[in-house]
Amino acid sequence: MEAILFIVIALMSIGAAIMVITQRSPINSVLYLVLAFFSLAILYVMLGAQLLAAFQVIVYAGAIMVLFVFVVMMLNLSKAQDWERIGAIRRWLGFAAAAGVFLIVVTALRGSLGYNAELDPNMGTIESIGSVLFGRYMLPFEVASVLLLVAIVGVVSLVKREEPPKSVETKGGEAS
Amino acid sequence: MTVTLEWYLGLSAILFVIGLGGVLTRRNVLIIFMSIELMLNAANLTFVAFSRYLPNIDGQVFVFFVMAVAAAEVAVGLAIIVTIYRRKGSLDIDQVNLMKW
Repeated sequence: MEAILFIVIALMSIGAAIMVITQRSPINSVLYLVLAFFSLAILYVMLGAQLLAAFQVIVYAGAIMVLFVFVVMMLNLSKAQDWERIGAIRRWLGFAAAAGVFLIVVTALRGSLGYNAELDPNMGTIESIGSVLFGRYMLPFEVASVLLLVAIVGVVSLVKREEPPKSVETKGGEAS
Repeated sequence: MTVTLEWYLGLSAILFVIGLGGVLTRRNVLIIFMSIELMLNAANLTFVAFSRYLPNIDGQVFVFFVMAVAAAEVAVGLAIIVTIYRRKGSLDIDQVNLMKW
């Protein structure tokens, strides 16, 4: 039962991931990415990480993807033509390099197999994660909050239009 | 047939490599960015899988930090993409090569 569910969800996430990188229009990629994130959330539930599954849906499939959808809609994009332009040779070279990395990853992971513990139902609860997060990982938690603050300030300063020089210029042009 | 650690590690390796293939083959900066998100999620899946099978709660706490960093990264990255689009009028990363050489 669990194995069947895993295979179905795994195929769903792999298919969604392949669709993300092969779609022509970015909005389709965004929607398939949401599907991939949801299937990963289901896998988190199967792994006993209920809180992380909720956060996966709220933060990734919710907040981050809303940001993506917003930007895609705002930029008024046409369909990407990059696949035709880069040519088949470069594309297959890219996939071959990725396959090489896959071999490296598999080789690296082979040394860490063989762990098999019973599923602890109390491990992924808010209580157990919170006691670790606000105990041993208190300092990284605070640093993460500072990082988010820095990101907010950075984003605002990045996308702020440089309006004052332009408006001064046009006004000056009209006056003279 | 029980689901073991190997299954999850294999799935996360496959997802990571699909994301890497997207980064290497696509030239649209938005899709490259989404592929990076996919790679981050594959790493998260590895963390959670090890956290369940070791068993050790620290892996799940690390996923929280990865999510916080990913949120910050997405916000800053999309701001950069919007700025690129305003300046260049396109999202093709081959046209953004000022700092390449």
